[in-house]
Amino acid sequence: MRKLDYAGAIREATWQEMERDPRVFVYGIGVPTWSSIFGTTKGLPEKFGKERCFDTPISEDAMTGFGLGAALRGLRPIHIHIRVDFMILATNQLFNMVSNYIYSTGGKLKVPLVVRAVIGRGWGQGAQHSKSLFSNFTHIPGFKVIAPTTPSDAKGMLIAAIRDDNPVICFEHRWLYWAEEDVPEEPYEVPLGVGRILRPGRDVTVVGLSWMNVEARLAAEILQKRGVSIEIVDPRTLAPLDEDLIVDSVKRTGRCIIADCDWVNSGFGAELSARINERCFGVLKAPVKRIGFADTPCPTVRELENEFYPNARTIVHAVEDMLGLEAANLDGEDFFSHERRFRGPF
Amino acid sequence: MTLARAPLPKATSIQLFKSLFLARRSEEYIVKHYPENRMRTPMHMSMGQEFVSVGVCAALEGKADVFASYRSHAAFLAQTHDTDLFFSELYGRTSGTGEGKGGSMHLAAPDQGHMLSSGVVATQIPVAVGAAFANRQLATGRTAVAFFGDGAMDAGVFWESLNAAALYRLPVMFVCEDNGYAVDTPRESRQVATSLTEAVKPFGCDSYDDDSGDVESVYALARAAVEKAHRDRRPAFLSIKCCRYLEHVGTSEDWHWGYRDKAVVEREWISRDALVQQRARLLSHQVSESAIAAMEDEIDKAIRASVARAAEAPIPAPERLYAGVFHEKA
Repeated sequence: MRKLDYAGAIREATWQEMERDPRVFVYGIGVPTWSSIFGTTKGLPEKFGKERCFDTPISEDAMTGFGLGAALRGLRPIHIHIRVDFMILATNQLFNMVSNYIYSTGGKLKVPLVVRAVIGRGWGQGAQHSKSLFSNFTHIPGFKVIAPTTPSDAKGMLIAAIRDDNPVICFEHRWLYWAEEDVPEEPYEVPLGVGRILRPGRDVTVVGLSWMNVEARLAAEILQKRGVSIEIVDPRTLAPLDEDLIVDSVKRTGRCIIADCDWVNSGFGAELSARINERCFGVLKAPVKRIGFADTPCPTVRELENEFYPNARTIVHAVEDMLGLEAANLDGEDFFSHERRFRGPF
Repeated sequence: MTLARAPLPKATSIQLFKSLFLARRSEEYIVKHYPENRMRTPMHMSMGQEFVSVGVCAALEGKADVFASYRSHAAFLAQTHDTDLFFSELYGRTSGTGEGKGGSMHLAAPDQGHMLSSGVVATQIPVAVGAAFANRQLATGRTAVAFFGDGAMDAGVFWESLNAAALYRLPVMFVCEDNGYAVDTPRESRQVATSLTEAVKPFGCDSYDDDSGDVESVYALARAAVEKAHRDRRPAFLSIKCCRYLEHVGTSEDWHWGYRDKAVVEREWISRDALVQQRARLLSHQVSESAIAAMEDEIDKAIRASVARAAEAPIPAPERLYAGVFHEKA
């Protein structure tokens, strides 16, 4: 085993699947260029040729239909959007075509299309380069929706997605691309629809989505010093959801905080909260709490941006609040700052 | 570009006549049975326009992947000739491709090259481009065809698709059934370009006009266009003038809407109806009146049998609602 970062894991999954199956190809705006989608497509055009790794016009709508047509006729496309905000242009095809193609044809067709969407905070990204939009896609039947947090999950889940005969949307938070861990070298699948307990705990269940699991791990370390134990559950797949894993955890702890990196209002956390309330009503010691973006468009100026985004500090205070503890002074804690790695411009 | 052409062989003329008759008569049965309220799906009738898809599909000799719009009936029947599947889906029966989950706007017979038709204007067009890419990569020898109305050319995705097809040098057939209206809004109220074929030319495709209203003209044009598209590795755009005889959606006439003049439509289109023309052509090919009547009778019987089978076929069980959201392994 060797260490690999998340971007490398995505790249390795793609590389190995393209080697295994000549029908797999990868495309999207900027995909084969120098920036190579945060390095996730680096070297693919040289290795596999420009028929299997190619750039596109700035035509997200048509190029999504293109992926659908290619998938229907025997290829296995991976379409990449460098920002989920740009994928909104593709939602006519995704919502009106891709999501219902299998159903309308009696379940017999295969649509092995993977759509990768980069999400996450950058460096003063402002209102149009910062969305997540999980619930917009989990709202529509017919998609599998995944958001892996760890590099090993990213590799295994992307391989599972590429081998799946249904449309899969993969959300990747850009800060996760730097995360490193031991990742097996050989190809493997992490099954879609199965969640994971990232850290066992006793007092509060924190259901984290994507990047917020990193923040939750940091919060867990801080809280542990005060004798508070949180259990971190990473659904990994948002649709279909591993509801039992979450419900079992909440039944053990009796408390749940949902840490989303998206707007709270009508967000995926609202769905999680509803399902937890439906199945855990009698055992809940406190109302389910949701954490997420402020209910505003994303501001650009740093000081307001810091207010807009939740982080480990937000989680720690939410846990304290739920347990009736005094708010601890966190001044001595070392919180994540992307500026140690990254100072723009994009 | 229009083409001078030699007369088609008699067998081809007969084949085109039968295909036209099949589409027309099938829709006549829809008109007849629709008021029974057993085909509960919005019908966008092809009547009057059938010669476009009949001509193009015949020219591609079954080796087409057809991506049609909600005005799908003629394209479906021209490609598949499968009236059992057709009426089963309209009646919402388990014997339909989508077991009724598709309906009139979402007809499909993928095994026969008719992909799912689409109810949102222009959405089927880029899908054809992707299919053309797969057909090239997998060397299937098939040709992707997108059928759409002039309304679809208002949509940005049409232009995106045309650009992508030309950029990637894909031999997609873009076939515009130009009936001049988006519902009842005339083309002049929606588009600046006075000529669709001129408008698409800078995109690196071959473009063809046809206002003959004649299935054989469309057939010959499509044959030449598809051959050139494959040879030169570029898309083809066919703009075929046609006339929708019935209302935008539904099975009635719509003269009372007042957006078009019945006398003008009768003079310019119905008087030279493609099916009537083709029937006359068979007579000129020395096919006897009785031989033609026998063909018509045979097709009519087959359609009636399909309607009867569909009407009696099982309705999907309630639990089928949840089936097939994702691919079901056979």
